[in-house]
Amino acid sequence: MTSDISPHDVAARHDPVYDELHAAPEFAELKRRYRSFVFPATIAFLAWYLLYVALSNWGGDFMSKQVVGNINVALVFGLLQFVTTFAIAWLYSRYSTSRLDPLARTLDERFVELAGKASDGRSDH
Amino acid sequence: MDHQALTAILFLSVVALTLFITIRASRQTSGTADFYAGGRSFSGFQNGLAIGGDYMSAASFLGISGAIALSGYDGFLYSIGFLVAWLVALLLVAEMLRNSGKFTMADQLAYRMRQRPVRTAAAASTVTVSIFYLLAQMVGAGSLVVLLLGIDKENTLAVSAVIAGVGALMIVYVTVGGMKGTTWVQIVKAVLLMVGSAVIVVLVLAKFDFNLSELLGAAASNSGKEGFLEPGLKYGIDATHKLDFLSLGIALVLGTAGLPHILVRFYTVPTSRDARKSVLWAIGLIGVFYLFTLVLGFGAAALLDTGKESAVATSSGNLASPLLAEAVGGGAGSTGGAILLAVISAVAFATILAVVAGLTLTSSTSVAHDIYNSVIRKGKATEKEEIRVTRYAAAGLGIVSILLAIPARNLNIAFLVALAFAVAASANLPAIVYNMFWRRFNTRGATWSIYGGLISCVTLVFFSPVVSGKLNADGSNAALFPAGVDFHWFPLENPGLVSIPLGFFFGWLGTVTSKEPAAEERFTELEVRALTGAGAERAVTH
Repeated sequence: MTSDISPHDVAARHDPVYDELHAAPEFAELKRRYRSFVFPATIAFLAWYLLYVALSNWGGDFMSKQVVGNINVALVFGLLQFVTTFAIAWLYSRYSTSRLDPLARTLDERFVELAGKASDGRSDH
Repeated sequence: MDHQALTAILFLSVVALTLFITIRASRQTSGTADFYAGGRSFSGFQNGLAIGGDYMSAASFLGISGAIALSGYDGFLYSIGFLVAWLVALLLVAEMLRNSGKFTMADQLAYRMRQRPVRTAAAASTVTVSIFYLLAQMVGAGSLVVLLLGIDKENTLAVSAVIAGVGALMIVYVTVGGMKGTTWVQIVKAVLLMVGSAVIVVLVLAKFDFNLSELLGAAASNSGKEGFLEPGLKYGIDATHKLDFLSLGIALVLGTAGLPHILVRFYTVPTSRDARKSVLWAIGLIGVFYLFTLVLGFGAAALLDTGKESAVATSSGNLASPLLAEAVGGGAGSTGGAILLAVISAVAFATILAVVAGLTLTSSTSVAHDIYNSVIRKGKATEKEEIRVTRYAAAGLGIVSILLAIPARNLNIAFLVALAFAVAASANLPAIVYNMFWRRFNTRGATWSIYGGLISCVTLVFFSPVVSGKLNADGSNAALFPAGVDFHWFPLENPGLVSIPLGFFFGWLGTVTSKEPAAEERFTELEVRALTGAGAERAVTH
């Protein structure tokens, strides 16, 4: 049904400047750095969470072991999920500030130069 | 003065404060970027608070602490899924969405695909998720306000008036205040919720000399339930319940980053870096809040009567937090108890208002921006026309949900929240993730994954025990349909275990069975823009 594709549908906004940026070594590096953090991190926290769900379901004996006083393994495990969530969030924040943002900024600046238009709302504060 | 009069006064103060905020915000709202995205001028911290205000519903404030009070450890399992889910939003969704979209979830798909089919699909799923969630919130609001104000449950007129009142307020917030008004309502609510629950937490812990082990011991012995501190009380009954819990757990962790009313919050900040900051703040805030609910829930189990006939049990746990507040304030009849009970009730009320406003705004934005402007007017509507349609849509959706919520007020529709998460995880998340990471992904893949996930979720739930055939432990009917009607064949209450893989599968199948060179070509552009912010939407400067 190509007949009902109006110009609005195809949204011809392809901008060659993006091809240029895509080919830049900085972009390849940015993409590599981004993926090399988020892919392993996502797999790790999902696996860790699923392990917790599975143990809650099928690991009753292990989960009900007392650790200190009335605090058992299940509670410690649950609280560890909080700790790891905070830790991964903090690590990603640090990583992206130091390893991703500078490259992204460089590329964005080049985009502004090439496209002759501002792209990034307010500058950083 | 009794606590109900005080509660009523505080409710009215919450209403007055939020309306004041809304009217102020309306003066600073002119175009679509203001109305839909708050001018993209909120800071990361402000948006983090607003995300918390949007996300921490009455279901989590009253529901989770109530579930812990009644089912012990199993109530806690919910909050962990709700929190860990934010890592999906942080790592895979928030920043890239901010850079590549404009106002709605569909923008990000429409960036490289045929606008009309993907926008129609995304709007269908946005409106479905929002209506499910909205209905659950409004029915909850009705029964909650009735409980807190001490109105007779059988008084149909009063309950309907409360539901209609909540609906009318959310229509006003959205049509008058737009995203700026809604955001400020959510920020105020988040602050009230955090401060209010922190006070109760400190008072509870003080009763146990700040010794968590002692609190847990008292909770276990006062509840009188075997294995109260271990998993299994609620979900460990048999293999089906265990699979159901696994299914729920997966939907919770993958659903959050596909909830439309959460996604649109990332558009309200100036840059993707601010979007990241807002998720970091939200994770901190939501994490601390769920730790609070742990203390509130076990505190209620330790200090209140949670037996079969108690107020906590007959309200399905919803009254656990308010009654706990009364108990630690000095008990029923004391001034301190009355004040704390009224304050926590008002906080719960503010919580409901903030969440329903966010849901209404998101769905009406999608109707106006995706359906009206892009599909019907082919992108030629002016900003003024679009905003006008948003206001009509908000009023329309608000009225529809009032009309649906009133007859549903006595039905058991708590499952709708879990269903909203399941649809978000099965229909929206596959499309978003494929779109960002898979060059080959195209229009057919996007529409198939959205419709496939949406339809399989709704179908499976329709044929699940929650709709027909579920019984309580005492043999009474616990399903949506009346007792005696039983056409369920899907054993699980939560469809995620089946529907999430189906959503991803249909997305893949639709993609590989069609060719769309333009979508692949523009992936280059999308990828550069998503990762660098080059060409992203700018903040409005007034």
